Amino acid sequence: MASLPPIDLPAGTSGEGAFDAPVAEPSREKLFDYLLRLGDDSLILGQRLSEYCGHAPSVEVDLSLANMALDLIGQATLFLDLAGEVEGKGRDGDALAFHRDVLDFRNCWLVEQPNGDFAQTMARQWLFSTWQKSLFDRLANSRDPRIAEIAAKAVKEVAYHQDLAAEWVIRLGDGTEESRRRMVDGLDWMWRFVPELFEMDGIAAEAVRCGIGVDVAAFRDDYDRRLREVIAGAGLEPPADQRPILGGRRGHHSEHLGHLLAIMQFLPRTYPDSKW
Amino acid sequence: MVALARARDDVERIWAVLESVPDPEIPVLSIVDLGIVRAVEPGRVALTPTYTGCPATQVIERDVRAALDAAGYRGVRIDTALSPPWTTAWISEEGRRKLRAYGIAPPLPAGERTVACPQCGATDTEEISRFGSTPCKALWRCRACAEPFDLFKCH
Ligand SMILES: [Zn+2]
Repeated sequence: MASLPPIDLPAGTSGEGAFDAPVAEPSREKLFDYLLRLGDDSLILGQRLSEYCGHAPSVEVDLSLANMALDLIGQATLFLDLAGEVEGKGRDGDALAFHRDVLDFRNCWLVEQPNGDFAQTMARQWLFSTWQKSLFDRLANSRDPRIAEIAAKAVKEVAYHQDLAAEWVIRLGDGTEESRRRMVDGLDWMWRFVPELFEMDGIAAEAVRCGIGVDVAAFRDDYDRRLREVIAGAGLEPPADQRPILGGRRGHHSEHLGHLLAIMQFLPRTYPDSKW
Repeated sequence: MVALARARDDVERIWAVLESVPDPEIPVLSIVDLGIVRAVEPGRVALTPTYTGCPATQVIERDVRAALDAAGYRGVRIDTALSPPWTTAWISEEGRRKLRAYGIAPPLPAGERTVACPQCGATDTEEISRFGSTPCKALWRCRACAEPFDLFKCH
């Protein structure tokens, strides 16, 4: 049997190296889903905060909540516009925000929780913004430059949200008997939605594998440490761990989200394509 | 050579057009003073938003379009550049002077911690609220003249 001819190797190669592993690209569907998670968290919390407009306990607080809402809706616009572009079906951020049904939303449960009293609102904000700050710090290094630049832009604003909410947690927790009781109750209610923030499912894992998303589990310890510091500063004890509630990333939501969407989507759905 | 000179003239004229476009929220500042014009080329202008949720962003783009059209630059494209993110360090010296004259304390230079009252110049001042009348401003109070004022936040 004739032997195979020798292989001509390019100059300078030994023929013994491994191939460079090709960098994986996430599928279009998975990237779309990942972007919806990012955009929907911001959109829904922004909508929740905007409910305070004209109703906050003081004019300064009214302004700060409205401005946080604007920051969040700004983030949502960027992430959802990008999601629409990735999806490639001609939907933009507005179409995704106003013409999707509740089962298609990918936000976490924490952000859709009702405002409750002011302490509950601040407990929610603090738990979320502390998480979002760490998330965006890391997302700013995403291999997808479009995601990286949105995160780098937004993280500066989120740092403010985190500081502002932490100040209120301390002020109310370390305030009067009533403010303390309300903050304890607010934290107790919101605490059960924290584990979902750190859930890693197939889509999140795929985004990490491709260098596009963030391994949230990796900053859980750091997050817990930050929480403990502020809770101690407020003179409170961390709430007892509760049965975690999961499912928002797969479209399973509390009843509250449907009510929120009914208000948010009413106008554009009733008068499609209206301009003013 | 002629084409090159014309392109250079165009770039200068476009800058002049942009200098005439006021920021909708702080109209004493032009968008050039504010530092949001990131690039001017013969066929293209790049703007960067100050804050992601700033409602003025769309107004600014519309105003720039109108100003360019009126000056005969209908073909100049307007791009949005998110990266690198805008920082208050890009507000010009002229912009800082105008802010102070308008009653807004300009953003503090790096390392500076004392906020001077834009009304009376006193440094005995305190923060009332981190968030002021617009996303870019914080609400402060002067203990010397007892007047509240806006501080342009460092960002
Ligand atoms: Zn003064």
